[in-house]
Amino acid sequence: MNAILILEQLLNGLQFGLMLFLLAAGLTLVFGIMDMINLAHGSLYMVGAYLIASIAGASGSFWLGLAGGVVATAVVGVLLELTVLRRLYHRDHLSQVLGTFAILLMANEGVRMIWGSQPMPMAMPPSLSGPVALLHGFSYPAYRLFIIGVGLVVALLLYLLITRTRLGMQVRAGASNREMAQAMGTNVRWLFTALFALGAALCAVAGGMLGPLLAVQVGMGESILILAFVVIVIGGIGSIRGALLGALLVGLVDTAGRTLVPLLFGQLLGPAAAASVAPAVASILIYVLMAAVLFWKPRGLFPAHG
Amino acid sequence: MSPFTLRLSTLAAATLLALPAVAADKVKIGLLSTLSGPGSALGIDIRDGFQLAVKQTGGKLGGLPAEVIVADDQQSPDAAKQTADRLLKRERVDFMTGIVFSNIMLAVGQPVFQNKTFYISANAGPSQYAGAQCNPYFFSASYQNDNMHEAVGKTVQDRGIKKVALLAPNYPAGKDALAGFKRFYKGEVALETYTPLNQLDYGAELSQLRASGAEAVFIFLPGGLGVNFVKQFTGAGLNKEMKLFAPGFSADEDVIRAVGEPMLGILNSSQWAHDLDNAANKRFVADFQKEYGRLPTLYAAQGYDTARLIDAAVRDVKGKTEDKDAVRKALQAARFESVRGAFKFNTNQYPVQNYYLREVVKDAQGRITNKMVGKVFESHADAYVGECKM
Repeated sequence: MNAILILEQLLNGLQFGLMLFLLAAGLTLVFGIMDMINLAHGSLYMVGAYLIASIAGASGSFWLGLAGGVVATAVVGVLLELTVLRRLYHRDHLSQVLGTFAILLMANEGVRMIWGSQPMPMAMPPSLSGPVALLHGFSYPAYRLFIIGVGLVVALLLYLLITRTRLGMQVRAGASNREMAQAMGTNVRWLFTALFALGAALCAVAGGMLGPLLAVQVGMGESILILAFVVIVIGGIGSIRGALLGALLVGLVDTAGRTLVPLLFGQLLGPAAAASVAPAVASILIYVLMAAVLFWKPRGLFPAHG
Repeated sequence: MSPFTLRLSTLAAATLLALPAVAADKVKIGLLSTLSGPGSALGIDIRDGFQLAVKQTGGKLGGLPAEVIVADDQQSPDAAKQTADRLLKRERVDFMTGIVFSNIMLAVGQPVFQNKTFYISANAGPSQYAGAQCNPYFFSASYQNDNMHEAVGKTVQDRGIKKVALLAPNYPAGKDALAGFKRFYKGEVALETYTPLNQLDYGAELSQLRASGAEAVFIFLPGGLGVNFVKQFTGAGLNKEMKLFAPGFSADEDVIRAVGEPMLGILNSSQWAHDLDNAANKRFVADFQKEYGRLPTLYAAQGYDTARLIDAAVRDVKGKTEDKDAVRKALQAARFESVRGAFKFNTNQYPVQNYYLREVVKDAQGRITNKMVGKVFESHADAYVGECKM
């Protein structure tokens, strides 16, 4: 254990947490305002990553791919909302879960039909593919720093949008009391389509950023969607602030767990036993975190409903 | 039932019972492999290698028309079990092959053996089936999981490296890998980490590597896992601080294609190399490149050899694939020209073969590829054969 290791893990946790936040933000607003459970949210992340990887591959420019793919995914989100999801708002949660789960399955098959079942290669921009020396004797991947930067900028913009604009005011009003907001003249239908476009765009940003680091493949949205749900439950449903804090907590706990738990078990049990126990314990750590938060704050850290 | 129809049906029943003694009119192969997800490049190469061999013999194996039923296991033991069931019960395949991952192999093994169908492994070689749980219906035409890692362990030991870090996925072959490495490496292990088999981000592990102070790192990360690791390893600048060693899996043509330049200089071990000097291999490499436009990986070589082995065995029993004892004897004899050169089965039906050291270099045509640089083991057997009571 040394300071550099801790610093590096903090940066890793921050990077992972900020990407989770991009997914959780859209998810929490839709859940918080419309009381709508959208299991297809992860599919937008997948579709976004594929669109970005395709445009980047065809044009040879990562940046062009990112810009084009984000816009295209927002359009996909709007189409999805107008054609299908809109019809599910007034149904109960079970119908919403079934309906959006069907979309998730169809999205996976659709992507498989269009792009094939093998992962799609996606390269990071050459200018960001090397390490950056942060301190003497400590260099950190430039690309991960870039992700942290993008995540922070998007979080700031989103914060300004929600707290400083008319749209944001309506969103906050809708989240704390939907009926009252509607009675006061908010056009919830329109607001919803706009929110969906925004959520889809955020998904695409996360997909495009993580694409070169992980893999652009069918089903990539599912595992990260579960984490995004954990984030919004921890943060309090409907709250952007809660989503940010929850995402950072999950990111840090997950990363720290993967480092500290094996070290701890290694000292207690010896390397062989630690090797079989530690990964299992590390992977349940975030659920322990969720249980602990819900024990003391059953409605999450920053519940939006008043 | 009239006496006539009774006689007729008795005759029909007798004919049916007599059928197994007659040679089959074709040979059916169930090729169940990982064809989607991060491990798909491996399954695709096994499939392409296998089909190339069938194509070379005019669509026949052992003189009989061959029907190869290709199925995707989606890298999931559950999906694999269901598909295997279909191949065994409905398609009634004569041989099964193709599985890449050992956890899937262990899930599918039992139903295949119970059905008395021969499984010829074109990749997975779990230690379980080499030792106490060895089975007359299991043949590994590839290797035993520990072997390649034993060869790297010996190489690292011979090069005088005192402190290493080890990284493998948390599944049966990952455990076999590190056990194999440590069997021949006697220095200090500064870090031993197992990661989930679906993990693609190695940020946390890379920072542990940096902190461990190891001189070298040994990774066993097949397919997309290795691609991501090597990219992130160089992205973090760790390639300047420690030397990277790998088994052939993590430094083969599929990984090289995806990663490129950062692969240069990686030492890796394999029972096969595309520049191995024998006639069977020269023909295989040339035909594979002509057919698919890329260099074959060791997975492709294993798929190819599997088909050649089945071809030889079916020919030896003159197409009577129902005679299980004869088929087993024919498989054990392994009368085929392996692309590996020297190859024979041990008593546990795992190979006894040479293991080579390869280095990723730029060749004369400017391609980044593996070059054979030495031999680590000659006619090497696995460590479990003594536990196999067969």
